[in-house]
Amino acid sequence: MPASHKNAVYVYRHSADQDAARPVHHPVIVVGAGPSGLTAGIDLAFRGVRGVVLDDNDTVSVGSRAICFSKRTLEIWQRLGCAAPMLEKGIEWRLGKVFFGKQRVFEFNLQPEPGHGMPAFINLQQYYVEEMLIERAMRLGVDLRWRNRVVGIREHDDCVWVDIDTPDGRYVLTADYVVAADGANSPVRDMLGLESAGQVFNDQFLIADVVVEAPFPTERWFWFDPPFHEGQSVLLHRQADNVFRIDFQLGADADGNAALEPASIAPRIRAMLGDKVAWSLDWASVYTFRCRMMERFVHDRVIFVGDAAHQVSPFGARGANGGVQSAENLTWKLARVLRGESPVALLESYDNERREAARENILNSTRATDFITPKSHVSRVFRDSVLRLAANEPFARALVNSGRLSTPCAYRHSPLSTPDADRFEGAARPGAVCPDAPVVRLGRREFLLDSLGKRFTVICSGGGLPEGLRDDADIDVLEVGVDFDDVEGLVSKRLDLVAGGAYLIRPDQYVCARWRVPTADDVVTAWRRACALS
Amino acid sequence: MTLNRQPNFDDADAFYAALIEAHRDFSDAESEAMNARLVLLLANHIGSHDVLFEALDTARTSVLEERT
Repeated sequence: MPASHKNAVYVYRHSADQDAARPVHHPVIVVGAGPSGLTAGIDLAFRGVRGVVLDDNDTVSVGSRAICFSKRTLEIWQRLGCAAPMLEKGIEWRLGKVFFGKQRVFEFNLQPEPGHGMPAFINLQQYYVEEMLIERAMRLGVDLRWRNRVVGIREHDDCVWVDIDTPDGRYVLTADYVVAADGANSPVRDMLGLESAGQVFNDQFLIADVVVEAPFPTERWFWFDPPFHEGQSVLLHRQADNVFRIDFQLGADADGNAALEPASIAPRIRAMLGDKVAWSLDWASVYTFRCRMMERFVHDRVIFVGDAAHQVSPFGARGANGGVQSAENLTWKLARVLRGESPVALLESYDNERREAARENILNSTRATDFITPKSHVSRVFRDSVLRLAANEPFARALVNSGRLSTPCAYRHSPLSTPDADRFEGAARPGAVCPDAPVVRLGRREFLLDSLGKRFTVICSGGGLPEGLRDDADIDVLEVGVDFDDVEGLVSKRLDLVAGGAYLIRPDQYVCARWRVPTADDVVTAWRRACALS
Repeated sequence: MTLNRQPNFDDADAFYAALIEAHRDFSDAESEAMNARLVLLLANHIGSHDVLFEALDTARTSVLEERT
């Protein structure tokens, strides 16, 4: 357990369900209260579905683990009303330095593009994130059940039976759907005889969280082959509470247990930070990783999210971020299906979209891993050449890959998207997240994404709203100049939205269709498609 | 754009001599490192995804053909 943080402990409470004569039924049971499961539970509550969240433990993440949360993830949590404390506690860094051997080869400054509600990312320990999500879940009345371990699962035609073990013994619940968010080693996956297949990496890594009291820059430092850890790589970046994450690559043959000994860690850190910096070791852990995913994420009434469904290497911050984004993709669809508003086929699009995202995340994190840990002689020669050139040749810096910024997948093959019939500039194509921009709505400065509600939204401009849509029960309308002001012109710029045009935005803030001059029929047809109604 | 496989050098003989000369006194490891840098410099200059992939494929196929 880290010294700098005392994990909250959540008390096991006996539920009335445990005394019921027959298994009590719930619409959704979420298994696992990590970032993905908690996001699913909160978003379901937000959409009016009161789910039960089961966790086999009674606390949050032990150790900092996932520490980098991306803009899209923060936008999701902002929508769910819990981003503010994270932004306050989290660390934003801009300056990164890359070292090779003894040389500092270059530095970069991630100047964020102005006019977005959320930063490109923050660094914050996973235990804080989970505590903040749990607080939000409790406020929304999510039924969180600690020390409730799933020990059996049986799929029937009309529901799922879940066997649960607790300190008071076993009980059974039934559910329309089970969301399995129970982590990389998902017991639910095992119980159903399913597997997650992919690549195993043999390289071991040592995480050391170190508390540095003296002023130390808020920068990300990445060393390839440093003099204090020859032949390997080291990453240093800052988290909340003056805790610095140091990631040491150990190689495939290292003795992981020996590397964890404080006597082995201390000289490395001293060599890195220098003799003048006072520090204390907060937490250390050795890990290896895999890049793998399930062949299907939807198994009738059991749906996998997060690491249970797709697992990546840590380089590029696509693990927890990908998990949260999967959870959000699923919840609005699940809520519609449970309310009978959409057929079960809508859930197939979760499988389609999030498997595409998982492939993209695995591709990105594998590329970073292969750059950081070259697997062959020639790959090391090219890697080292890139780093040598990078000192003086700006072009080579584009090839230096110590983990790319985690960005959300723009779904290319989504069955929910209506292909463009008109020409548009910019990145806001069907299947991509709606870009953010500053707006003024009801006299208040806010951001476009804050203005989107729980339902589908038409964003339109200058007469682009077809007759009758204002009164549609399932579609909100945001008309430029009527419902909000595009104060800096960035809505029109980023969406390439000019008078007469319109966008249809899904409940998860993804674009599903856009037109230069839409008819009501266009919008309704696209909406039906995005709801799997056609 | 496609890979230009027609003669395109200003002066082919001069280039070849300069290429060999550039490796003068290098160990195998140094030559390997230089070749890597040369590939990276030229690849960036070309830039085009299609041309680069065609070049990679052409070079790889040529080496594979020697196996038989």
